Amino acid sequence: MSTTLEALINRPYEYGFVTDIESDAIPKGLSEDVVRLISKKKNEPDWLLEFRLSAYRHWLTMTEPVWANVSHAKIDYQNIIYYSAPKPKKKLASMDEVDPELLRTFEKLGVPMHERKMLANVAVDVIFDSVSVTTTYKEKLAEVGIIFCSFSEAVQHHPDLVKQYLGSVVPSADNFFAALNSAVFTDGSFCYIPKNTKCPMDLSTYFRINNAESGQFERTLIIAEEGSHVSYLEGCTAPRFDTNQLHAAVVELVVLDNAEIKYSTVQNWYAGDENGVGGIYNFVTKRGLCKGVNSKISWTQVETGSAITWKYPSCVLLGDNSIGEFYSVALTNHHQQADTGTKMIHIGKNTRSRIVSKGISAGQSNNSYRGLVKVGAKADGARNYSQCDSMLIGSVCGAHTFPYIEVMNSTAKVEHEASTSRIGEDQMFYFASRGIGGEEAVSMIINGFCKEVFNHLPMEFAVEATKLLGLKLEGSVG
Amino acid sequence: MISSNSKVILEVRNLSASVAGIEILKGINLTVRSGEVHAIMGPNGSGKSTFSKVLAGHPGYTVTGGEVLFEGQNLLELPPEERARNGVFLAFQYPIEIPGVSNSAFLRLTYNTQQAHRGGEELDPLEFNDFIQEKCKIVEMDPSFLDRSVNEGFSGGEKKRNEILQMAVLDPRLAILDETDSGLDIDALRIVASGVNKLMTPDNAVIMVTHYQRLLNYITPDFVHVMRRGRIIKTGGKELALELETRGYDWLDDEYQRATPA
Ligand SMILES: Nc1ncnc2c1ncn2[C@@H]1O[C@H](COP(=O)(O)OP(=O)(O)O)[C@@H](O)[C@H]1O
Ligand SMILES: [Mg+2]
Repeated sequence: MSTTLEALINRPYEYGFVTDIESDAIPKGLSEDVVRLISKKKNEPDWLLEFRLSAYRHWLTMTEPVWANVSHAKIDYQNIIYYSAPKPKKKLASMDEVDPELLRTFEKLGVPMHERKMLANVAVDVIFDSVSVTTTYKEKLAEVGIIFCSFSEAVQHHPDLVKQYLGSVVPSADNFFAALNSAVFTDGSFCYIPKNTKCPMDLSTYFRINNAESGQFERTLIIAEEGSHVSYLEGCTAPRFDTNQLHAAVVELVVLDNAEIKYSTVQNWYAGDENGVGGIYNFVTKRGLCKGVNSKISWTQVETGSAITWKYPSCVLLGDNSIGEFYSVALTNHHQQADTGTKMIHIGKNTRSRIVSKGISAGQSNNSYRGLVKVGAKADGARNYSQCDSMLIGSVCGAHTFPYIEVMNSTAKVEHEASTSRIGEDQMFYFASRGIGGEEAVSMIINGFCKEVFNHLPMEFAVEATKLLGLKLEGSVG
Repeated sequence: MISSNSKVILEVRNLSASVAGIEILKGINLTVRSGEVHAIMGPNGSGKSTFSKVLAGHPGYTVTGGEVLFEGQNLLELPPEERARNGVFLAFQYPIEIPGVSNSAFLRLTYNTQQAHRGGEELDPLEFNDFIQEKCKIVEMDPSFLDRSVNEGFSGGEKKRNEILQMAVLDPRLAILDETDSGLDIDALRIVASGVNKLMTPDNAVIMVTHYQRLLNYITPDFVHVMRRGRIIKTGGKELALELETRGYDWLDDEYQRATPA
């Protein structure tokens, strides 16, 4: 690799600032008392405390999964703050009451909250450390019966819905990190789309970890009733710290007859420095249930941040003719590690799934696709198409593909294609010999490589994702 | 007609270069004036592609001596993309494939980059479409190739045509064509050669690297140089190419050995 290629991937993390805000945090460590304290601080009903406690007790019996193709020092779960909220915690009636320091943070992050959002027609929920700060657009959405609020608010105002669906897609004992989340989750987004309603705008949540020692355990629950449709976007950033921080979220989607959820993520948690010091451990469980006939879930993710990403947004295709999609770009650089992919579980008849995964590895990073396609005995006529492409930048990074296919129905059709390519000196020279410099060449190659995934992102996000990849790769090609 | 007082475009003086620690070019001298066509011939491995890539600025090759002036300016101090913007063009012997990048987007980016550099007008996709349709005619290229990824799945001949299409778009001052004729059938050869002829003006120049006399039947060179073991060992007119065709290269080697004391 010559220096141009290298000089291209290594631009510093732009969101690494810390906001100077007083926070209300409880001491480090995890115990039943801590779980009770979180629940009490959030004024939760008894059934929810019970949900947490049973998850916690189960978690104590579990061990961290070791099958992922990642390695890290042992996580000390007693050395994490499980609750940290910006002060003051009084109820906010309007955006004007939000701490100006916090607003400046979101400005720096490029979160367009005020009129800018109005123009962009996006409703935003903002999760800062553990607590949801404000939800814009609540009233406008309420007019059509859509509920979009923080998870805590939903617990207070729509307890029946939360009780009915919480843990119905990702049971509290599902896996180590989901159990931990179920015990200590502090906030997140809640979204309910009533029957035959097409959500008039994209709904959006921005997550931000600010406290050096806090973990973030958010919980998102989206319910799309019969014949409804919603597009939901999520973005994440964190300041730069030398220590690793744990982010263990759970996202549950429930889609009824003829309804659709489109869920898009641009993940840019702090990835650690070029020597692999610091960064977020992003251990996330995302799963959607296509419960009704003709229902559809489409996951689109652009994963560029985090020291380690462990994440498999999945679809359980229960309803006949339901559709699951997974479009993913995962970029790793320096010492980042990603083990990401999806699970498509075909249960209903004529269910269809499509997987398009694009992994980009640069520096000394390691990027793995891990995907399961499972076709149950009753899933007559099930179809899956998977395509996993890897791109290597430089010679010391790694790309791996782990496809698992389990078919128990002979009428099913499952197709898998994979490819690996490398951006090398000769490709860069070809561009150069036509007058195109390194940065532009890389961005053109990468955008070409990711086009199929970007096409599924909402316009605004696609532009952001394109820029982000350019920034992330600056300095790595040459 | 060439007159010796037309402008010097390229001046190569005693150029030597190495790759992976091995000296490949061992003192090349060459002067190219506007309006001229130079053919460089020579057996496989003599350094023709190396010379082409060194002129275009491939980072894998190290210049170990000598100098190169392009329109009076030190070419060797410029990175490859600036050499290209200044008007140096290399048609590759083995054009690389760029999956996922559409040919038309690529061509438009190269054109607009060039225009920005020259202070010319940049074209939006619609305007560019009109522009490129005309250029396609020069190499009889089916416009459907514009929608495909750059060189991906192109046959050898199609790749070479695509190189000349890029030349047509960039309108270089100096075009270096590295074995653009190899892998072409006779029809394709005729099309590519006539494309190059159409692009020749009194203000630009072409260096054609080739193995075979047959290309020179279509594009008449003003000079023929023979390269061997990293040196130009003989320079002549177009009749030298015919002589090489019948006699091979070895006689030149002997002649050169005798002329240069060890
Ligand atoms: N990247 C490289 N690494 C090692 N040797 C090379 C490299 N490129 C060219 N060479 C060597 O340089 C010599 C000249 O090659 P080349 O310029 O391709 O010759 P030609 O184009 O005249 O056939 C050959 O011996 C070739 O093996
Ligand atoms: Mg050659």
